[in-house]
Amino acid sequence: MTTSTPSRNGATAPARTAIIFKPRQPFNWRRAGAWTLVVIALVVTIAPFLWMLRTALSSNHSLAANAGNLLPADFSWGAFKRVLGLQTPEEAIAEGGSGAAINFWWYLRSSIIVSTLITVGQVFFSSMAAYAFSRLRWPGREKVFALFLATMMVPPIFTALPNFLMIKNLGLLNTYAGIILPFLFMTPFAIFFLRQFFLSMSREVEEAAMLDGASKFRIYFKIVLPNAAAPLATLALLTFFGTWNEYFWPLLVGQDESVRVLTVGLGVFKSQSPQGAPDWSGLMAATLIAALPVLILFIAFGKKVVNSIGFSGIK
Amino acid sequence: MTTLTKQQRDPAGRAAGTKAGKTGSTRKQSLTHRMGDLRIAMVFIFPAMIGFVAFFLIPTIRGVYLSFTEYSILGDPTWIGIKNYTAIFADELFWNAMSVTLQYVALNIGFQTVIALGLALLMHRVAKSTFVRGALLLPFLVANVIVALLWFWMLDYQLGIVNEVISWLGGQRIAFFGSEQWAIPTIAFVNVWRHMGYTALLLFAGLQSIPSHVYEVASLDGASPTRTFWSITMPLLRPVMVLVLVVTVIGSFQVFDTVAVTTAGGPINASRVIQMYIYQKAFTESDFGYASALSVILFVILALVAFVQMKFLKGNESDLD
Repeated sequence: MTTSTPSRNGATAPARTAIIFKPRQPFNWRRAGAWTLVVIALVVTIAPFLWMLRTALSSNHSLAANAGNLLPADFSWGAFKRVLGLQTPEEAIAEGGSGAAINFWWYLRSSIIVSTLITVGQVFFSSMAAYAFSRLRWPGREKVFALFLATMMVPPIFTALPNFLMIKNLGLLNTYAGIILPFLFMTPFAIFFLRQFFLSMSREVEEAAMLDGASKFRIYFKIVLPNAAAPLATLALLTFFGTWNEYFWPLLVGQDESVRVLTVGLGVFKSQSPQGAPDWSGLMAATLIAALPVLILFIAFGKKVVNSIGFSGIK
Repeated sequence: MTTLTKQQRDPAGRAAGTKAGKTGSTRKQSLTHRMGDLRIAMVFIFPAMIGFVAFFLIPTIRGVYLSFTEYSILGDPTWIGIKNYTAIFADELFWNAMSVTLQYVALNIGFQTVIALGLALLMHRVAKSTFVRGALLLPFLVANVIVALLWFWMLDYQLGIVNEVISWLGGQRIAFFGSEQWAIPTIAFVNVWRHMGYTALLLFAGLQSIPSHVYEVASLDGASPTRTFWSITMPLLRPVMVLVLVVTVIGSFQVFDTVAVTTAGGPINASRVIQMYIYQKAFTESDFGYASALSVILFVILALVAFVQMKFLKGNESDLD
């Protein structure tokens, strides 16, 4: 009975005695200060995204009068409708849009095609190369790998100009092939990333399969790839994010409406707005929708991405 | 498998099988051993090799070649020796682009590193949760273009929330992207916001790798937190810090997207960074030879920066060993 009411007879309960003899912890100012800083950092990081949403849900005409209002000014879905092409040009102009429609669905389609093909190709071909660099023995292996790695140092702008000329000479300007090809087969980073993982895999299963007479191809497809599912998925995510967000290369070779990806489309949409009255609501709605796939993937697989950063950044 | 072949190559093993006929097959086997999986490896590496040769190796060589030519995409490139380079050194716009880029790099890296280090320490000490790390990483995962447009709106002179707050506090509105003096600091700030969480995560990974017993010893000796930070954390974090600095400095030398979407290099030349200048030379003035020479110079600068950083900060050595 006494133990059930420790608040009164605390000394009899062993768990309680420990607390009684421990000096009462004073309020920890350092810790509270540190947490305050963490919260400030989170607010600084998240708030702009909320502001993006708030603007997208506002009506353009009311933005000027309510610039400091935290809630949407004159709530309206108009901006989203406008971006998704569900508004007639007249309606758009009435809502403060420029009337110049953003061909959102088409750009979205281009972005999906480009990002998916590059991700699948790059991860698959890089994994094949990584397998050759880690599990197969052949003369010159380390030298060739060093050469691959060295190209990590070459800045993208440096290869972009000659690559542009080559794509142009091949007649592939403003085609999906032109946007995709330079990234389809490999990046030094992808090979390096997977090689590190393959090196750490145990040889035993592989050797057992070899004694059973399995070919290298069989081993690669049936043993190595399934065992590397986690790093392959992480690399695929990082590649997809990178390609989805790429601006420079599609700007060079994919300017045409027919193959324009979202990032390039957003840039064009922004410059279409006359200097006097930019369609801020429409622009923010468009940027928000363009960011959506990344946000969804990140919410679904965030942990994988976050945990891989320590590795991927420090090459 | 490997041990078997090694035994065959062993002089003792060979000596044992020196009877007629055996030598030939041993030699053959040692040749196959030396070649190893070469043929199968070639198959596996073939697609990557196509990509490497066609889009990395040849363009690199061609880029250097083009820098010695005059080439306006229409005709053929004509060899002009080092004329592009001598022209660049007399080019005021180039020196302007260099100085603008350097200002940007200094502001961006300075603030980013200090803020990221602070965040990394905070994460290490109080908030290790994946949620906090994930939230801080968010801006980095969103496209440069989106980040640029978002801040272009928030920093708008007329309606931007930042200027609203400034004027509410009684300050003067600032034309962040529109004034020569503010353009570069603003672009640097936007990219600090985008990258601080990412850089913090890299440094956080470095902090995690410092063994805890070092800190225990320090606290037994009665070292103050400040002392611990300067005498233990910073020196032990150095190898990671050097790598992070190399990666981020090289990245920030190549800033383009943010500039292209917001100021396009203006007002006047205030934010025309080196990559913007290369882009304009090649694609608006169609001067590919000159643009190639500019990118060779950028390449050399980046290689030097990496070399100097590794050398002076002794990135390869760890105080732990």
